Amino acid sequence: MSERRQGLTRRLLRDPVAIVCLAVLGLIVLASVLAPLLASHDPNTSSLQDTLAPPSGDHPLGADGVGRDVLARLLYGGRTSLLGALVAVAVAVALGVPTGLIAGYYRRGFDAVASWTANLLMAIPAIVVLLVVLAVVGQNMYLAMVVFGLLMAPGVYRLIRASVTSVREELYVDAARVSGLGDARIMRRHILPVVIAPTVIQAAQMFGLAIVIQSGLEFLGLGSASEASWGAMLNDAFANIYTKPILLLWPGLAVALTVAAFGLLGNALRDALNGSRRASNKAPAPTTPAAMAGPAIHIDGDELLVVRDLRVAYDQEVVGGVSLAVRRGEVLGLVGESGSGKTQTAFAILGLLPPEARVSSGQLLFDGQQLSRAAVPKLRGRRIAYVPQEPMSNLDPSFRIGAQLTEPMRRHLKLSRAAARRKALDLLARVGIEDPERVYSSYPHQISGGMAQRVLIAGAVSCDPDLLIADEPTTALDVTVQAEVLDLMRSLQSERRMGMILVTHNFGVVADICDRVAVMQTGQIVESAPVAELFANPQHPYTRMLLDSTLEDSAPRTRQEEMA
Amino acid sequence: MIAFLVRRVVAGVVLVLVIATLTFGLMSLTGQDPARTIAGQTASHEQVAQKAAELGLDRPLPVRYADWLSHAVRGDLGSSWFTNEPVTSALGNKLPVTLSIVLAGLLLSAVLSVALGVAAAVRGGWLDRAVQGLAILGFAVPSFLVALLLALVVAVKLGWLPATGYVPLEQSPSLWTQSIALPAIALAVGAIAATAQQVRGSMVDVLKMDYIRTLRSRGVSERSLLFRHALRNAAPPALTVLSLQFIGLLSGAVVVEKVFGLTGIGTEANSAASQGDVPMVMGVVVVMVLMVVLVNLLIDVAYGWLNPKVRVS
Repeated sequence: MSERRQGLTRRLLRDPVAIVCLAVLGLIVLASVLAPLLASHDPNTSSLQDTLAPPSGDHPLGADGVGRDVLARLLYGGRTSLLGALVAVAVAVALGVPTGLIAGYYRRGFDAVASWTANLLMAIPAIVVLLVVLAVVGQNMYLAMVVFGLLMAPGVYRLIRASVTSVREELYVDAARVSGLGDARIMRRHILPVVIAPTVIQAAQMFGLAIVIQSGLEFLGLGSASEASWGAMLNDAFANIYTKPILLLWPGLAVALTVAAFGLLGNALRDALNGSRRASNKAPAPTTPAAMAGPAIHIDGDELLVVRDLRVAYDQEVVGGVSLAVRRGEVLGLVGESGSGKTQTAFAILGLLPPEARVSSGQLLFDGQQLSRAAVPKLRGRRIAYVPQEPMSNLDPSFRIGAQLTEPMRRHLKLSRAAARRKALDLLARVGIEDPERVYSSYPHQISGGMAQRVLIAGAVSCDPDLLIADEPTTALDVTVQAEVLDLMRSLQSERRMGMILVTHNFGVVADICDRVAVMQTGQIVESAPVAELFANPQHPYTRMLLDSTLEDSAPRTRQEEMA
Repeated sequence: MIAFLVRRVVAGVVLVLVIATLTFGLMSLTGQDPARTIAGQTASHEQVAQKAAELGLDRPLPVRYADWLSHAVRGDLGSSWFTNEPVTSALGNKLPVTLSIVLAGLLLSAVLSVALGVAAAVRGGWLDRAVQGLAILGFAVPSFLVALLLALVVAVKLGWLPATGYVPLEQSPSLWTQSIALPAIALAVGAIAATAQQVRGSMVDVLKMDYIRTLRSRGVSERSLLFRHALRNAAPPALTVLSLQFIGLLSGAVVVEKVFGLTGIGTEANSAASQGDVPMVMGVVVVMVLMVVLVNLLIDVAYGWLNPKVRVS
């Protein structure tokens, strides 16, 4: 853990923004600490003949509305602002961290009470409370900052509680508990290290916030009159805004610079922290061997879709020159392990890859027409449709099923609202939904996964497409539902004479409904043949290996990963 | 949905009650003797005692609080100790000022942060960097510094808009707009920065969602995809940020009112607190917290409308 923290510090010190921020803050702190040495005047001594004096040797930054030295007030004001902010942040951390730790770790009663209190405190407009407090405590700004710290504590509490709650479920914490480590020890060893970084980030932000609110209050004329502060300087400058607006510059700059430095430092810390997370989570991209041509495809003019030499690359190439063809009324199975590039191939044909993907294809023929990839979006939904793998995440949670079904139909088929509704209800009945009316007016979270997949199939075929691309349409479903959904797809496909590309890792599914199979490995098609032929006489060693693992009646070993 | 709203209303009422109680307790802790302050330093003991009896200060604190509360729930917030003006009418005169700048600031924040956030998420590139830059700037420059800068440049140097004063809406909508433009902008800058950042973040996340890809596969238009489907799903977290920003907006208003010479609730809060005018302070606190509760309630309704899981169940 400490290793990770050191890494964080090192990453932070490589960020130029962080270095500049630290330098600026260092200078401001130094100038405030050394104020008695740097300033040649007392910050509170006013001399009438110096009123609004311009910069001179005696007053390097001039004098304010009552003849006080601006430089001295700026330097001493830094002390007030920084110290006040420090008080507020210390109180917030001292209250927020322990309560957050306890609430996140033990939960139950304490959590309920503390969270309720936190929500309450967060809804209070801080400045009003502070006005009252300042009146009560006789304009003692440090006491007001203690109260402000109390008002900021819920932010810390929430953050800590959330971090603890998430880390508490981790296996290593469980393991520590099982091995008999005491709670205090677990907290110190396993939980505290995790919450330190977010707390530091939050503290940086709170520093800025405290300086803002404190100078705001002083600007209103509150706080001790005998102590120089940036807010009081702004107050004085504001009184002279018509005659000497330059007076606003120095305290304004001091506040803005300090707050900006704290804010940017917080951001830089967060970036440094996220950097470590990103690096550790990065999935290894599949490596591809040097490009080679896949099996040749024979074309006799009856093809619905022909793709030649399709390539997809991110940092590395994930699809390296795939060629395939689908006839009208034919089901092509695209089989391979996870990472073989089969889903990427399907999305590339649909034009649905994320913007960072680089796609190229030698040739794209659809229904006898040469297509540019830019023309594909116009076909989507109308002539080429898609059935996704995970039903629940593929329905928009904010819209009723009906609205999601009718929107494309109204656009493509130019149906009226009523006609689209009738057609949607028919489709829902067709895909085997018992109570179409109810499902039509349900939200996605109100229906089961099997039903959601039927809805998605209904949506895909709603505008009578010629080609259906299905990406593992049964993988996420219960075993009992899988067969029904496959039957449904097969019957829809033959009834409408659709061409279909079925992406799957499951040879059982292939045997059930495919006419031909293309086997993919590391971004290329290694073998392509009619189903019976492929099962009877697999040519490629990879195909044989996949078939063997299926015949042994064990689920292909990548299945779990793919569902995750 | 109804149960959800009822829970929120109850939470709001509890909030008002707790804060009112705390404030009342806090105000009684002042070292000063309000009867002495009001009667004057030269007043005799009898005069001060008489004043205290008049204000009901001779009764114990819980009795005074119960008295205040029993009137307050009936809409009677008492009268100022110093001016004898009823608190409700004093605040009623000042509320439109504060409401104008705060609500205009909120509206401005909502509209601009959605526009900027969506544009940054979709277009990316320099626009995205500009929005991120604005977020940092908006955080660094507090609203009252923006207000001072606007007052200095737009009002004092350029003379484009009035620097001070408020014109009621019913008197002249155009002058009203002019009088609240600068304060509202000053208040909104920080809220826009924070909320636009959130809108951007959640739009980026939502646009990566499976259902967006599936809707795209059905040939749904890009415009509908962005503004009907993605924005709707990205809005709830942004609304949460906006509701927190509103509390900041109210705090900012107290200071911004001073810069633009507006006599609103904030100005009243400041003078009442420093005088120790308990009825007035209580009135200000109740009104401010009520504003927070009401705006949060509105945002909760919007949240429920946007999120069917909250609404339907």
